Amino acid sequence: MIKLFKVKEKQRELAENANGKGHVKKQSAGELRLHKDISELNLPMTCIISFPNGKDDLMNFEITIRPDEGYYLGGAFLFSFQVSHIYPHEPPKVKCKTKVYHPNIDLEGNVCLNILREDWKPVLNINTVIYGLYHLFTEPNYEDPLNHDAAAVLRDNPKMFQSNVRKAMMGGYVGQTHFQRLSSFDHFFTAGTSVCKMYAMTY
Amino acid sequence: MATVPPSRSRDLDKLLLRPGHLVGPNFEPGPELRDDIKEYVKVLVVGAGGLGCELLKDLALSGFRNLDVIDMDRIEVTNLNRQFLFRLEDVGKPKAEVAAKRVMERVSGVNITSHFCRIEDKPLDFYSDFSIIVLGLDSIEARSYINAVACGFLEYDSGDNPREETVKPMVDGGTEGFKGHARIIVPGTTPCFECTIWLFPPQVKFPLCTLAETPRTAAHCIEYAHLIKWDEVHSGKTFDPDNPEHIQWVYYEALKRAELFGIQGVTFSLTQGVVKNIIPAIASTNAIISAACALETLKIVSGCSRTLSNYLTYNGVEGLHTKVTEFVRDRDCLVCGPGVLIELDTSITLRKFIDLLEGHPGLLLSRVSVTHRGKNLYMQAPPVLEEMTRSNLDIPLFDLMVKIPKDIVHVNGMVGKGDKKQSCLRKLRVVFKGIDGVTDVDMAGGA
Repeated sequence: MIKLFKVKEKQRELAENANGKGHVKKQSAGELRLHKDISELNLPMTCIISFPNGKDDLMNFEITIRPDEGYYLGGAFLFSFQVSHIYPHEPPKVKCKTKVYHPNIDLEGNVCLNILREDWKPVLNINTVIYGLYHLFTEPNYEDPLNHDAAAVLRDNPKMFQSNVRKAMMGGYVGQTHFQRLSSFDHFFTAGTSVCKMYAMTY
Repeated sequence: MATVPPSRSRDLDKLLLRPGHLVGPNFEPGPELRDDIKEYVKVLVVGAGGLGCELLKDLALSGFRNLDVIDMDRIEVTNLNRQFLFRLEDVGKPKAEVAAKRVMERVSGVNITSHFCRIEDKPLDFYSDFSIIVLGLDSIEARSYINAVACGFLEYDSGDNPREETVKPMVDGGTEGFKGHARIIVPGTTPCFECTIWLFPPQVKFPLCTLAETPRTAAHCIEYAHLIKWDEVHSGKTFDPDNPEHIQWVYYEALKRAELFGIQGVTFSLTQGVVKNIIPAIASTNAIISAACALETLKIVSGCSRTLSNYLTYNGVEGLHTKVTEFVRDRDCLVCGPGVLIELDTSITLRKFIDLLEGHPGLLLSRVSVTHRGKNLYMQAPPVLEEMTRSNLDIPLFDLMVKIPKDIVHVNGMVGKGDKKQSCLRKLRVVFKGIDGVTDVDMAGGA
């Protein structure tokens, strides 16, 4: 090896002059794997992805979920995704940016979804996570509460839970907590159109 | 032999001046080798902590004269029990600077340059300057970064063999309590860090709802304060694990939480440990692992013995156990693998390039997405990205690659047919024909 080091100096200079490019940082393995995940996304109509920093920053993106059934019908919920360079060794960091009355999402936007923490495996991908999030809206679950009050209401009085969810989405107080009216909700009811029509408009 | 003046390092001479039957392939014993190591070999030590202190000392005493050390941390009082180059009055000073100074004071003739910064802050040219890089790190991220940088220098010839002059070897050490590992990474020959990233166990992550509802351990209380309570109280302010005030705050909140649930064991040091993911370090483990790393460094550089092949594990938990495992390279590794060599005319458009991959016998890729140096040239999905990249399809690839005559491009798509279709991500070495300065085009016919 030693001889090599002695001649390396010269060779490198020659190579750099000839190539004129120097060395450029390669994409991290995490970025490449994410690129694969993103290019293979197969999302339901209810989930929309966007890239606030443009097409070349895939490590930070947003998902909007518009549930087409269940308690949260008519709402639109924004999630931010942050993916690290050692993805998929580590799961993406996901936060809910829309304040929501939900047993598994707290008021700070923390999400209790097993595959985002204790059950994450490198074979899972972004698609799985998005489906997992979507599932939280169609089937909120009082057994893994992050919003303790919401979970108790869902367990003991589903009707009241339903009306609390509506209250929150239309803007108002549930208990001591104030929720902003969701803009998606505005045209959902004021337009007076059927759900099908509304989706036709949105998509 | 008798005429050779003895050097300060008599034991080193025994290794470097005499032939033997267990030596490496290109070993040329003699005083010239010993002097060349002093004069030409530059070693970078990454990390000046538990392993880094040991490594610097070991390498300096092994005849290396030109060392650099890089570390972004300052000395803390809890380091002093094992990071033996540091004294109480050094607390608060940069580790790299103090470590370099102390070793230079003790070992005459050694020149150590210190770098008090993040590894990402250095340009790639900085790393290309070293003959070999020795890692004394405590995180996967940092290892992965250095590995990507070192493998980034690697070039392959048209026969997919690594070009010797582009190989940047690494020696990696790691410890966790009484356990440790030492490994060598010769890009293109041994597995790289990314080939074997699955060796690392996933981090333990508690379910958020357990933290929020049913904490059972001290760690649960600490993680509650860190992950949930922090956001609730400091809306928008990000938690900084290196800020002592932030840690203090988490510690007090965790204590309150523990009291509420009748849980014992929340301490300040446990708080630090949980939040910063600190693993208890044992001085003797660091010494053993560093010694193995320093020895491998000497072996790789001098050829005085065959190297470790290629991963040593040490376990001193009960009795003592060491084992060497020869891991194998992932030929398709995106970081160190050769990739598929593709020769192109400069006129070929991205669309044609994508078609070509579908017919390429080594690839047979359909539904191809293309990325180059962090720029997404074409994305099949999602629709929003497809739309943003569609206009690139009719532009020559050469122009999209800003006229670089040869470079790495990554593509992913589907291989196989019918039911057996599976997605895959591939590395391509794209070479444009007829550009000055590209030397391997003539012989690259076998692509």
